[in-house]
Amino acid sequence: MAIPFSYNLRNLVVRRTSTMAAALGIGLVVAVFVLVLALAKGFAFAVQSTGLETNAIVLRKGSNAEITSGIEREIAESIAVRPEIAKDESGAAMVVAEVVTLVVLPRNDGADVNVTVRGTAGDRVLGIRTNVRLAAGRMFKPGLREIVVGRSISDRIRNLGLGDAVVFSRQDWKIVGIIESGGTGFESEIWGDAAGVQDAFRRTGVFSSMTFRLTDPTRLAALRTELESDPKYQVTLKTEAQYYADQAGSLSALIGILGTLITVIMAVGAVFGAMNTMYAAVGARAREVATLRALGFRRRAVLGSFLLESTVLSAIGGAFGCLLSLPIDGITTGTMNWDTFSELSFAFRITPQILGTGFVFAIAMGVVGGFLPAVRAARVPITQGLRQI
Amino acid sequence: MGAVHIRNLRKVYRREAQQVPVLDGLSIDIAEGDFVALMGPSGSGKTTLLNLIGGIDQPTSGEVVVSGTDIGRMKGGKLAKWRSRNIGFIFQLYNLIPVLTAFENVELPLLLTKLSKKERREHVMASLGVVGLTDRIDHYPRQLSGGQEQRVAIARAIVSDPALLLADEPTGDLDAKSAQEILTLLQRLNKEFKKTIVMVTHDPHAAERASRLVHLDKGVLEATPATAAAAR
Ligand SMILES: Nc1ncnc2c1ncn2[C@@H]1O[C@H](COP(=O)(O)OP(=O)(O)O)[C@@H](O)[C@H]1O
Ligand SMILES: [Mg+2]
Repeated sequence: MAIPFSYNLRNLVVRRTSTMAAALGIGLVVAVFVLVLALAKGFAFAVQSTGLETNAIVLRKGSNAEITSGIEREIAESIAVRPEIAKDESGAAMVVAEVVTLVVLPRNDGADVNVTVRGTAGDRVLGIRTNVRLAAGRMFKPGLREIVVGRSISDRIRNLGLGDAVVFSRQDWKIVGIIESGGTGFESEIWGDAAGVQDAFRRTGVFSSMTFRLTDPTRLAALRTELESDPKYQVTLKTEAQYYADQAGSLSALIGILGTLITVIMAVGAVFGAMNTMYAAVGARAREVATLRALGFRRRAVLGSFLLESTVLSAIGGAFGCLLSLPIDGITTGTMNWDTFSELSFAFRITPQILGTGFVFAIAMGVVGGFLPAVRAARVPITQGLRQI
Repeated sequence: MGAVHIRNLRKVYRREAQQVPVLDGLSIDIAEGDFVALMGPSGSGKTTLLNLIGGIDQPTSGEVVVSGTDIGRMKGGKLAKWRSRNIGFIFQLYNLIPVLTAFENVELPLLLTKLSKKERREHVMASLGVVGLTDRIDHYPRQLSGGQEQRVAIARAIVSDPALLLADEPTGDLDAKSAQEILTLLQRLNKEFKKTIVMVTHDPHAAERASRLVHLDKGVLEATPATAAAAR
């Protein structure tokens, strides 16, 4: 039979200062850990939900990002008439050939950031990218140096509000609309007319990518094989969803690695904190433990009791850490998206799973930190423990 | 065979390279129902002997048979189980668990039995009744006087009804009046409840309450004159 649980709880209460200090240490680590996971999650969400399963994107062979891709007008025109491309109600093919480039703009805090400018087809693009909608104003018109901007950079970058004018490529661009997309990467872009952007950036006759709606997503594989194997095209093809998932990959991994590194370093500190508290507790209670064992409680009951105590300690820390991290949920931040070299903003996304992971992590720290002290407690010879004053 | 049967008991502590013999070929028999006072100078091995009888220490060599069981070679979990059924420990500093109430402290040994919560409660209340502390069940050790603490500790020692009580200087930390109460209580447990008691003490007056006096010096037993109490 085990030593009663209340024995551990009350001991934690009796030495509450030390309990709270150790729990606080664990709590801070859990908070950081949760935020790292939430950051990675938010980033992955922003990037991945940008792309749709029903759309395909065409890039130059060997290119992983639109910014480094190029497709000649003639190639684009011959792909645009493929039968795998869906048609809208008016019978027009649901395809856009787009040009993507970067401009440098000042963020609200004064720092210069790269912003993606996408030259596209204002009359068709929203039909193809059904996850994007016009939230304010209207769509840009061709030939007028008009643009629409994503909600998130409109908020974060100076003079990008509706009705403002912004200068890039030595031209004034008038902001006539704001687009929203539920926090996806498109909210960090500026969209204008493809011909206008090509002209302004001296890229006439070359597109960066093509995006089209498939009549049937299962036809992608065959189309890919055909286009990729034809030397005339020199293109590569994937679903839009896959494209953005690939984009997320490297930075997600980086956030993961850096975050894990920071978390591990902090966790080592917190584990030592818990270990310290538990060693102190074991030391102070040697006579108590010896008495319990004299009464007939076994070594393993003592081991279990102290492990339980440090687990409760870390559970308090875990709960505290989760609470601490909650207010950060939904707060938007930004980062360089290394694959497109442009500013991408996204929100911390704290999910129940992430909180659960954080809590389990706390428990793990408690078990690891409490193990050696518990072993020590269980190993003290009874006669030696009883001699403690 | 009596309650305790010890033959050629040796206990040697190793301190660095040195061997420190504490008990050196000690033999003693304690009859069932006896109340033995164990005296001797500090460091003579009294606590060591008591610990060996109680199965919380292991002999270097020799035979230790307690309540019919040869415990000299028993180890770990088996020995722990044996202790919980056969021995009641009473310590100089009471050794109550500070965070547990009087009731919970007394209940501890019963947690190692199969008794139901209700049965445990009955046993605990009966034990606290014997020591006269049923009105203090919810008190924590720090809310009790030294004498009361020791009575709770005695209730804990008898709650699982062991045949043998081992008391290491049970009055060593008490004022004269409380000490008398504790000794009266031990005598009553011996006479009324037929507990065999081995009590280490420095106090000749305390020793007088026992039925037999054993003197330990430098690891061996000296002459064992019958006490006045035994003669009565
Ligand atoms: N764990 C131990 N390691 C080494 N020496 C010990 C240990 N326990 C007791 N001793 C020594 O054994 C001797 C007897 O101790 P003890 O049985 O406590 O004597 P008493 O109770 O008669 O005062 C002392 O000299 C003491 O220092
Ligand atoms: Mg002693």
